[in-house]
Amino acid sequence: MTAYIIRRLLYALPILIGVNALTFVLFFVVNSPDDMARMHLGSKRVTDEAIQSWKQDHGYDRPLLVNTAQQGAAVFTDTILFEKSIRLFLFDFGQSDSGRDISHDISQRMWPSLAIAVPTLLIGLAVNITFALLLAFFRATYLDFWGVVLCVAMMSISGLFYIIGGQFLVGKVLNLVPISGYDTGVHAWKFIVLPMIVGVVGGVGAGTRWYRTLFLEEVHRDYVRSARAKGVSEHLVLFRHVLRNALIPILTGVVVVLPLLFIGSLLTESFFGIPGLGSYTIDAINSQDFAIVRAMVFLGAVLYILGLLPTDISYTIADPRVRLD
Amino acid sequence: MPYQPVVLWTDALIYLLLGLALAMVWYTRRHEHLAQPWRRVAGSRTGQAAMVVLAFYVLIGLLDTLHFNPKTSDGEDGKPVYSTEVLSLFDVIAGPLRTQREKTYSAPFASHLFSKENMEQADGSVARDYPRLVYGGAHLDADGNDRAADIAWRSLLGASKGALAWAVLLILLCRFDRHRLRRLLTGAMANPWHVGAWSALALMMVFAAVWELAGYYHVLGTDKVGEDVFYQSLKSIRTGLVIGTVTTLVMLPAAIMLGIMAGYFRGWVDDVIQYLYTTLNSIPGVLLIAAAVLMMQIYMSNHADEFNSLTERADLRLLFLCLILGVTSWTSLCRLLRGEALKLRELEYVQAARAFGVGHFRILMRHVVPNVMHIVLITIVLDFSGLVLAEAVLSYISIGVDPATNSWGNMINGARLELAREPVVWWSLLAAFGFMFTLVLAANLFSDVVRDAFDPRLRKQR
Repeated sequence: MTAYIIRRLLYALPILIGVNALTFVLFFVVNSPDDMARMHLGSKRVTDEAIQSWKQDHGYDRPLLVNTAQQGAAVFTDTILFEKSIRLFLFDFGQSDSGRDISHDISQRMWPSLAIAVPTLLIGLAVNITFALLLAFFRATYLDFWGVVLCVAMMSISGLFYIIGGQFLVGKVLNLVPISGYDTGVHAWKFIVLPMIVGVVGGVGAGTRWYRTLFLEEVHRDYVRSARAKGVSEHLVLFRHVLRNALIPILTGVVVVLPLLFIGSLLTESFFGIPGLGSYTIDAINSQDFAIVRAMVFLGAVLYILGLLPTDISYTIADPRVRLD
Repeated sequence: MPYQPVVLWTDALIYLLLGLALAMVWYTRRHEHLAQPWRRVAGSRTGQAAMVVLAFYVLIGLLDTLHFNPKTSDGEDGKPVYSTEVLSLFDVIAGPLRTQREKTYSAPFASHLFSKENMEQADGSVARDYPRLVYGGAHLDADGNDRAADIAWRSLLGASKGALAWAVLLILLCRFDRHRLRRLLTGAMANPWHVGAWSALALMMVFAAVWELAGYYHVLGTDKVGEDVFYQSLKSIRTGLVIGTVTTLVMLPAAIMLGIMAGYFRGWVDDVIQYLYTTLNSIPGVLLIAAAVLMMQIYMSNHADEFNSLTERADLRLLFLCLILGVTSWTSLCRLLRGEALKLRELEYVQAARAFGVGHFRILMRHVVPNVMHIVLITIVLDFSGLVLAEAVLSYISIGVDPATNSWGNMINGARLELAREPVVWWSLLAAFGFMFTLVLAANLFSDVVRDAFDPRLRKQR
């Protein structure tokens, strides 16, 4: 197991290098730092001095790959590639284009993201599994049919509608909780409830339908027929046999997204004014702060790869036949 | 000529797509084993109804694709002078819908503006009141009391026009054969064509009624700059369809080629391709799209003079969005195809072909590609609705289509802040969501039917 984990972590390295190379090309080769400076300084008739000083302030005044003006190792370290890209591997995100420390911002902002994302995921999971089991129990009846119809209809509604509708209904018409904002400590619950409900309702259509298919696949298996033939009651079949076996694909699907919860949901957070990483990214996109976008791309890739590892391990826990070697 | 045709980039791709679709239809009709699953699609009632709705959207999208520059005047040397404005055939048909602009917001079917203005009365005094709209409900009397009766009468008129058009269409389709017509409408045919026919009637009656009303009212109100929301929603159909289809079209060659090569050749080819898609896949899609679109924005603002017109620029941006969405979405299809090719390469007929000394390229083309086509088709149809929904989200984060392009995302984005107004401006939002919902629901239902018909695994269960 340990050898497997080490090998997987080593395998992640070339992928991260690839991600890094891709972001480097996107951010520094497609558009030169001069273009970026011009974008930030606004007008088209911007002087060369202004561009140079902007680049100097933000550390973009180095050569891209090789700095021939330097001696020794500095030939390679005093370049944009090293300063802006390779340093990401040490999780040294540097400063944003507006001069803030990105690492500090991220460590502050991941908590609100988690406070919304974790309960949304857990409650959503519970709700989806409940509904899906219900539909599987009443399979091939009118309840099942109309349940699936409802699921498809709910899937077809844009996520924006749930957010805007939820804000309008709960926040404005019923006036139950504040529409947007955030608070520290326990008082944050007021601001978490609404995005959470919206998140759960928005995902219930697709989730229930997907889990229902998983359950129905299990229901037609031989071992279920044997259990019924033995005289096990239908709800015991469903809970003890079908649910447990269908949990394997459900769990693996969930474990993959776990690390990405840190990043939070871009949409939800920016709509509800949650100071998490999602709204951080959106703000960065809107103010064209490339340093932050670059850092988030790298962080997202790292978290995704980290998520794959526990997925494989959870396979072995959920299904003892799977061996990692 | 009274016009000068314009082919934008996305237009060209839509024509290509149309050509491919027609070629596929022609090819499928001549091969029974390919036509059979489609017959199963036609045999589904849900599929019939969904197809009617989709056909309606596609028709409007295609009408909106035929672009041209209208002629403004004859030049001095007899050569016509063309306007730089790019119109489409749909704009011509919509005619007054496009040009009849109000000053600002007005509610659906309203005859007065949504906000009060200072108006000079006949006696010279200034009163503050809601002014009459210039076009919407202009034929009503001063108080607008006869509005309900007028709406009812006009929608009835429109609906009967729609029904008439439907009847003519159906008679033409049945080639004036009375018996065939009766069998079609009563559902006596092998496939439930009657479901399709009756849904077409419902759709045509509703649309014709709304269309009739749209000539006299702003059926879905007007937006902030006074543009008709109904017209905007219809114009947005093309954007939605382009995002949903062109994206798949541009990613398809790479996904099919790489996926099959990885599965068929294995070894280092497999390693390289797997590395490629794992790397792309490990960047969260929204972030990759955001990074790429940001870079494109910089490029476009620094090279503004390379684009002839705003329309061209907006169109290129739409195309670029399709490309980058394609880059983020080809990986899943590629992985599926790799798995399938891994299975196929071990099958007897592929082994036999290899033993006979058939070249790799021929094996891939004759034995592997045709046998993964059902996966490709299912993926295309399944991806469509997700892409339409993604457009709205991306436009909201301002990394979507150009703000000048008509799209449901832009409509929502422009209208969402107005929910804070008192009374609420709801019609832009609801129109965009309604049109999007109808398209996505039809696409979802249709994709379910297609998947059931094409997936051999599902067929066995029944």
